Amino acid sequence: MSTLNARIPGGPLADKWANHKNSVRLVSPANRTKLDIIMVGSGLAGSAAASTLGELGYNVKVFCFQDSPRRAHSVAAQGGINAAKNYKNDGDSVYRLFYDVIKGGDYRAREANVYRAAEVSNQTIDQMVAAGVPFAREYSGYLDNRSFGGVQVSRTFYAKGLTGQQCLLGAYAGLIRQAAKGKVTMYPRRDVLEIVVVDGQARGIIARNLVTGALERHSAHAVVLATGGYGTIYYLSTLALGSNATAAWAAHRKGAFFGNPSFVQIHPTSLPQLNDYQSKLTLMSESLRNDGRIWVPKQKGDKRHPNDIPEDERDYYLERRYPAFGNLVPRDVASRAAKERCDAGYGVGKTGLSVYLDFRGSIEKQGKKSIEGKYGNLFEMYRKLTGSDPYQEPMRIYPAGHYTMGGLWVDYDLMTTVPGLFAIGESNFSDHGANRLGAGSLMQCSGDGYFILPVTIGDYLSDKIKVPRLATDGAEFAAAEKDARDKLDRLMAVNGKQTVTSFHKRLGKMMWDDCGMVRSEAGLNRALGAIADLKDEFWREVRVPGRQDQVNQELEKAVKVADFLELGQLMCRDALARKESCGAHFREESQTPEGEAKRIDSEYAHVAAWEYQGEGTEHVLHKEPLVFENVAIKERSYK
Amino acid sequence: MKIKLKIWRQESASHKGGFVFYDLDGVSQEMSFLEMLDYLNTTLILRGEQPVAFEHDCREGICGSCSLFINGRPHGPASGTTTCELRMTKFKDGATIVVEPWRSRAFPVIRDLIVDRSALDAIMRAGGFVSANAGAAPEANSIPVPRAHADEAIDAAACIGCGACIAACPNASAMLFVSAKVSQLTLLPQGQPEARERVRRMVAKADELGFASCANMGACEAECPKGIKIAHIARLNREFLKAAF
Repeated sequence: MSTLNARIPGGPLADKWANHKNSVRLVSPANRTKLDIIMVGSGLAGSAAASTLGELGYNVKVFCFQDSPRRAHSVAAQGGINAAKNYKNDGDSVYRLFYDVIKGGDYRAREANVYRAAEVSNQTIDQMVAAGVPFAREYSGYLDNRSFGGVQVSRTFYAKGLTGQQCLLGAYAGLIRQAAKGKVTMYPRRDVLEIVVVDGQARGIIARNLVTGALERHSAHAVVLATGGYGTIYYLSTLALGSNATAAWAAHRKGAFFGNPSFVQIHPTSLPQLNDYQSKLTLMSESLRNDGRIWVPKQKGDKRHPNDIPEDERDYYLERRYPAFGNLVPRDVASRAAKERCDAGYGVGKTGLSVYLDFRGSIEKQGKKSIEGKYGNLFEMYRKLTGSDPYQEPMRIYPAGHYTMGGLWVDYDLMTTVPGLFAIGESNFSDHGANRLGAGSLMQCSGDGYFILPVTIGDYLSDKIKVPRLATDGAEFAAAEKDARDKLDRLMAVNGKQTVTSFHKRLGKMMWDDCGMVRSEAGLNRALGAIADLKDEFWREVRVPGRQDQVNQELEKAVKVADFLELGQLMCRDALARKESCGAHFREESQTPEGEAKRIDSEYAHVAAWEYQGEGTEHVLHKEPLVFENVAIKERSYK
Repeated sequence: MKIKLKIWRQESASHKGGFVFYDLDGVSQEMSFLEMLDYLNTTLILRGEQPVAFEHDCREGICGSCSLFINGRPHGPASGTTTCELRMTKFKDGATIVVEPWRSRAFPVIRDLIVDRSALDAIMRAGGFVSANAGAAPEANSIPVPRAHADEAIDAAACIGCGACIAACPNASAMLFVSAKVSQLTLLPQGQPEARERVRRMVAKADELGFASCANMGACEAECPKGIKIAHIARLNREFLKAAF
């Protein structure tokens, strides 16, 4: 059984990464060309890592399910990317960025990792600018910054509301440049179904070619997962519909512990669900909360048009409850506050499940042109999707499943509990604790990819330079391919009467109701029973049409939902075991008299890392204690 | 509402394709266009038929996965809109809607409405980047960019690589796609040292892949869901000429 050792370097916090870089083993340029690395996922983390590893001289194979790496869901991040440049001279520093992330994560992240993420953030901005990412500029020509939820400085770099797209395309450009040089080989339209472990080390993958249906074997000296999050488990979420947990779950079944699986961020500013056909909840960037004020009518069931409700009859509930941060409280706080108002009967819109986000005051003060400059494309997107014009009347928003802080457990080197298997970006659990701050995701993904993994993976690979390339005809590859084939055969063979999507919708509702914004022991137990029943029903009743040896999008979905039915149970177990409220994880049983989240540091200041024990057997919980030497743990207050 | 769908079905690249008609009842104006296709597929699956394969991912107009010719227009009848952003409010009860894959020799059909757009990656591979290795970058603010240039650069960089411009062009020219990247990197100081090489190589690659040249018809600009301007092609031409001498 693997043991949990985070391998955090010694020394003062601010020196750990520098010391570690000075002490890791290196691979010489000539030897790097003998080493192969598999990268699963081509989002910002995967593309940045693959291009950098290619630049260093390693041979990299990149796998993604999309037709092009440029489409990975990092592309949809809107608001920005944080860095501790202190360009606004408002007292920012690496320490303050570190502190904000630790506090924002409600003291459930590892100090050393977070400090390092803050430390490399500045280099990341330098790198992106050099690569031609067109960040917003001031008239001087220098880079502009804006503020974001959960902090009191302006440290967010942005490119209109297209920051994720521009950062991803910058990394993609680096990736294709290495592809042109032959250092990176692209394998698009592949879903990675199995991780191959040989002699206890990750040595390859089994990928399904989504065009031909063929199962392909690939070997390497190390495997990196950059597979993003699993928020699509809620069915309706802000994620791309193709996002899945398949490769991460395969890694988990092969021995990679899953860290804090129940830590899911519910984003406060999404478009509300309008009807039962809806397949997607569209995010409206959190940056809108800079200039938009959130409110509901003071009077229950007030059906007047929002513009007809006078100022003194509006309840700006975030400003009322949290005067210090107002509309810029962190995401979890804003989400729960919206749910609280709607559950209490003050919600607006047809369903009563939405609140207003109002720009009238800002438009009056700053002028329409200024607001258009900052949010033009978001307003346009809102208008297209809802038919309502946010320049004329307030937006309606509601929380939606968004980002998974949980993920594969990794040590300081971003290596999972399977040697040679790394996890970067959103797919790992590491940097955001129980709640991620806005503009922190692009920061972590790019830092992991450009500056951290390329160092740490070298340390692992340094004693592999004499290890020859592995033929893929060995017993381990055959067994992994058989596992993948068996699962596909089983899915096709059920031939029941219900669509894959109908199961996904039901699972999503169970997760949203009982493992979403608010959790309780009774609810989680209910969900565990219901998901177990649903899983049985799925394997009895699901219908996957078509054949395996062709494009089969229903089969792709079925693989995803089959994994989610297992992951959903683990999320509920994790939420059940954590009988405290922290960050995005709000346990009804653990709140202050004012209804704010109550952490229990004496019992739960740890990372919950779950070990797979085989199908049908309960997971084993390991705990990595979190030690805070550089920040004093405080109640997280935004009042 | 009730609609009639005329959809291109093709089992694979090597099979011959053809139109199939579907009468679809119970469509709601609240659906997005792709949710309507989801609904059609549910109906087909439950009837024991093969669902229609189509590409999509983010469903918020940014990833560029969705394509589709809808009633003869790339991304359908609404301007400045990707297929995934298109709502059924744009169609009337009883309407016949023709749905085809991108119709361009540059984009061979893989199955039904899914086409192969790997040629776009090939063009980018030829030079759509700044050769900046991680670790070599100078301090970000040491490269000031005039705001007007930065704004214009991001307008060009907003291209989502969906291929609508090529599908719309009677010549199947990739000039708008190429020019968006060339324009972005021409406007920024970071891209200057490689500017000549970049434009030469990207245009040569597009030629090699069989994309024709621009005849100034402007269909690309009209159909681009991201409003990329044809003026970028003018800049591309200038840069190309500069690179030749």
